[in-house]
Amino acid sequence: MSFITKGLTGLRDWVDDRFPLVQLWNDHMGAYYAPKNFNFWYYFGVLSLVVLVIQIVTGIWLVMNYKPDATLAFASVEYIMRDVEWGWLIRYMHSTGASFFFIVVYLHMFRGMLYGSYKQPRELIWILGMFIYLSLMAEAFFGYLLPWGQMSFWGAQVITSLFGAIPVVGEQLAELIRGDYVISDTTLNRFFSFHVIALPFAIAGLVVLHIIALHEVGSNNPDGVEIKKLKDKDGKPLDGIPFHPYYTVKDSVGVVVFLMLFSAVVFFAPEMGGYFLEANNFIPADPLKTPLHIAPVWYFTPFYSILRANTYPFLGVDAKLWGVIFMGLGTMVFFLLPWLDRSPVKSIRYRGVLYKSALAIFVVCFVILGYLGILPVTDGRTLVAQICTVLYFLFFILMPFYTKWDKTKPVPERVTH
Amino acid sequence: MKKFIFALCLMGLTGAVSANVEGPALLESHANLDSKINLQRGARTFMNYCLSCHSASYMRYSRLVDDLGLTKESVEQNLMFTTDKIGNTMQVAMKPADAEQWFGVPPPDLSVIARARGADWLYSFLMGFYKDEKRPTGVNNLYFPTTAMPAVLSSLQGVQVLKTAAEGEAHGEGHGEGHAGPALELAMPGTQSPEEYEATVRDLVSFMVYLGEPAKLVRYRIGFWVIAFLFVLFISTYLLKKEYWKDVH
Repeated sequence: MSFITKGLTGLRDWVDDRFPLVQLWNDHMGAYYAPKNFNFWYYFGVLSLVVLVIQIVTGIWLVMNYKPDATLAFASVEYIMRDVEWGWLIRYMHSTGASFFFIVVYLHMFRGMLYGSYKQPRELIWILGMFIYLSLMAEAFFGYLLPWGQMSFWGAQVITSLFGAIPVVGEQLAELIRGDYVISDTTLNRFFSFHVIALPFAIAGLVVLHIIALHEVGSNNPDGVEIKKLKDKDGKPLDGIPFHPYYTVKDSVGVVVFLMLFSAVVFFAPEMGGYFLEANNFIPADPLKTPLHIAPVWYFTPFYSILRANTYPFLGVDAKLWGVIFMGLGTMVFFLLPWLDRSPVKSIRYRGVLYKSALAIFVVCFVILGYLGILPVTDGRTLVAQICTVLYFLFFILMPFYTKWDKTKPVPERVTH
Repeated sequence: MKKFIFALCLMGLTGAVSANVEGPALLESHANLDSKINLQRGARTFMNYCLSCHSASYMRYSRLVDDLGLTKESVEQNLMFTTDKIGNTMQVAMKPADAEQWFGVPPPDLSVIARARGADWLYSFLMGFYKDEKRPTGVNNLYFPTTAMPAVLSSLQGVQVLKTAAEGEAHGEGHGEGHAGPALELAMPGTQSPEEYEATVRDLVSFMVYLGEPAKLVRYRIGFWVIAFLFVLFISTYLLKKEYWKDVH
């Protein structure tokens, strides 16, 4: 026994003389002090990481049998579903993983809004996170074309043609993205390349930066108290506990519960009633047959609703371009949160009724917009979408005012546990 | 509480604008994959009646051996009518160009049709043929008006007519509204009684659900054990967490 320990210690020291192994471990795990009062909402960061790993690993195996060719793509997916050993499981894990990625990321972002995690000194963490979110949207969009079903094709056709609404360069830009006048084999090939190489690299790199930035300033917590302010005589935060082993064991519980929910969908409802895998996408892409109703997958529908809610030309700009502008703003506006929020407190626990109501209205609008984005348009639905779009943007535009006027409660010195 | 009421109001508003119904309500297929015998019967109907015009080109004959509890010989003798080998996929001899000339559209591949249309739609469609002299095939369909498909199963089902014929012909589509079921009446019986025909179509649709996703036969069972394993893992990780967190106050 002792010679094994000796051998391993020797190996560690040998590496450590040539690479900052122990320091890296301590900085990020063994001596990274995290607040001891993390609650339910703090699981979604590690869960995003778990889903990222699921997507990368299942993706590697899918690529082994998938054919990025307009004449073969649809058949190759069915080949994976039928003839590849456990192919159906790998494919369902990947398709379910896509939706779960957005579920956990949306909840992770909502956590940031609940507890003011984007506020000084964590602005850069939030910005890096936003870049991850945007990359993830691009990754999902490119990936959705690959099964080459009707929704893949027409969804991509609709989204790429949106770029055509941009004045002067629009049409050329849309052609540049598609590599053709319409979605074609060329488009499929370049989307495949983006989906399996470019964006996974970008996302993995951004995730590393996101975590380095987080571990530099330290984690926020449900009380929004800076634990680094009060330290013991050894310089350890009084309200902090080492990430390993405390949060590694706690996160393990969260990960296992998450995997149970994930498996429930993978094995018992992989289509999730048409929300995760759309029925129309089991019809091979047909450029000559436009489906009656084209809806993006659920995670894009709030922004799709904002796009469709713009029905009036205004200031000499047509409605479609306004739609594209507002859809773009709707996703980008989150970048500004650290500077729009003027509240002296971080956590919702110590904020007043104004911020609480504003956040509640915002969440309700986001959900309604998402729901409407799945349905075909009617006059009534467009009106509801317009009301929700206005409220969505008012949440951000009015934030500097209502966060300043809000009656906040005193924040305690130490975290409540 | 206030935000909850607000949420409810907005939800109600969305609910009010979301109601929409297209065409007659579908019949319930009651398709299920539990019985191998029913799936075998469905396979027989499929091979005899569907596969002469429609392909199922992502599906191999050999899968039927394991999945439906058959022998290689019985599949070859009873379910394969072409010169195909058992490892082949289910192709059709009819050329797409010919098919287009004969029917107007080439018959779609049926491999994943149950996933695209749904079991209830397939069941309703196969129950919904009725006599209509105006159509080149002599029949129309309650659930898929002006379908190019002839009533292939009419020798079994018999010939149906539309009850509210005048009204139905005038509107062409969207009839059956306000009626509990399809407004169809059996005018000439086929070789099967209505109950027998319903069972035939139910088995056929069950087979097509299986055809759309062969993994459906196993994934529920595997899923149960996966989740059971994760539950045991949950207990052990939970106890481990509790043990470690004892000294956090």
